[in-house]
Amino acid sequence: MFAGDQNGLQGDPRLKAISEAIRVVPHFPKPGIMFQDITTLLLDHKAFKDTVDIFVDRYRDMGISVVAGVEARGFMFGPSIALAIGAKFVPLRKPRKLPGEVISEAYVLEYGMDCLEMHVGAVQPGERTLVIDDLVATGGTLSAAIRLLERAGAQVVECACVVGLREVKGQHGLNGKPLYILVEPRQQINCSAPPVNGVETCRHDDLILGGNFGSPVNTTSKSD
Amino acid sequence: MSAYRDKDPLIHGIQSKIRVVPNFPKPGIMFQDITTLLLDPKAFKDTVDLFVERYKGKNISVVAGIEARGFIFGPPIALEIGAKFVPLRKPKKLPGKVISEEYVLEYGKDCLEMHVGAVEPGERALVVDDLIATGGTLCAAMQLLERVGAEVVECACVIELPDLKGRERLNGKPLYVLVESR
Repeated sequence: MFAGDQNGLQGDPRLKAISEAIRVVPHFPKPGIMFQDITTLLLDHKAFKDTVDIFVDRYRDMGISVVAGVEARGFMFGPSIALAIGAKFVPLRKPRKLPGEVISEAYVLEYGMDCLEMHVGAVQPGERTLVIDDLVATGGTLSAAIRLLERAGAQVVECACVVGLREVKGQHGLNGKPLYILVEPRQQINCSAPPVNGVETCRHDDLILGGNFGSPVNTTSKSD
Repeated sequence: MSAYRDKDPLIHGIQSKIRVVPNFPKPGIMFQDITTLLLDPKAFKDTVDLFVERYKGKNISVVAGIEARGFIFGPPIALEIGAKFVPLRKPKKLPGKVISEEYVLEYGKDCLEMHVGAVEPGERALVVDDLIATGGTLCAAMQLLERVGAEVVECACVIELPDLKGRERLNGKPLYVLVESR
């Protein structure tokens, strides 16, 4: 669900400013990927504050007691939201960063696997939680985050991202959990390949995510 | 400077929420774990508020946070005092043009990076991290900011390990901490 589709936020100038504050860096971390760089959003105090405020306005009355942020850019947005809505902040981290007892959830990357960890005892059964990250690509990382929280008995109310595509493609989905996104990725490159039998051969998500057209696994542009 | 003498009850509350994990990441180290502080909304808010109270109205336009736990404390402070937030990151994480500063670890070296253009000459900057140990990382952070012509006003950490004398590695720059752990 996009923020701008909703009553009250349609045409909201804050969303336009947030989108424009995000810088697109071509060919990072590898050729073909148009990287959505939110660090320029963090340099714009008003746009950064508006980003947090829009999430806070949405979540403050939902009885959410946990905001889980995915390392590392989820750390830049999650704590401010947690503080404003009176929730605890739970960092979901790469392996071996969290001290003490953790639970781990593996997830698939384009090549190989990665792993997300959460502290045992950070979240209690029944707690209503939000998962936050800067961007959703294929949803693999968010899906791992959801699984961690659900394994601890929490209820994931929603996943929230600053940037994401209208459809989260790829084999992960989000386990049926709703996804709330503020803005779409910008500046997709024009596809130079000719249509085949009248059908476009470059898909929007392939250009943004750098995926190989026709391959069964979508490339994720999600780094940490 | 430490906050503890002035704000005793709040500081005590914050300190009591920090968990010590023995022998992490390796034997002999008593790791100061701030994640338990983040699980207490009041204590977390008090932490941020103490920094905001100190830095609001001081014409600080940049809060630079050190990856990754500096990303947890820095942005809320930046938002409250009207400053931009600049992440200082491990190598190859920031896209686009960066400047790098190498620093020495106990064994080997590491490197901190900042985006070119994130900070303008003359800007007044704060450096934030969860903890200062030997001061190596904070020193590298200050170097990055000074190389682009910013003025580092202060370094701010939740926790100091005074026995490691990190304060002395800050080239005379002031350090403000909430909690000391000996």
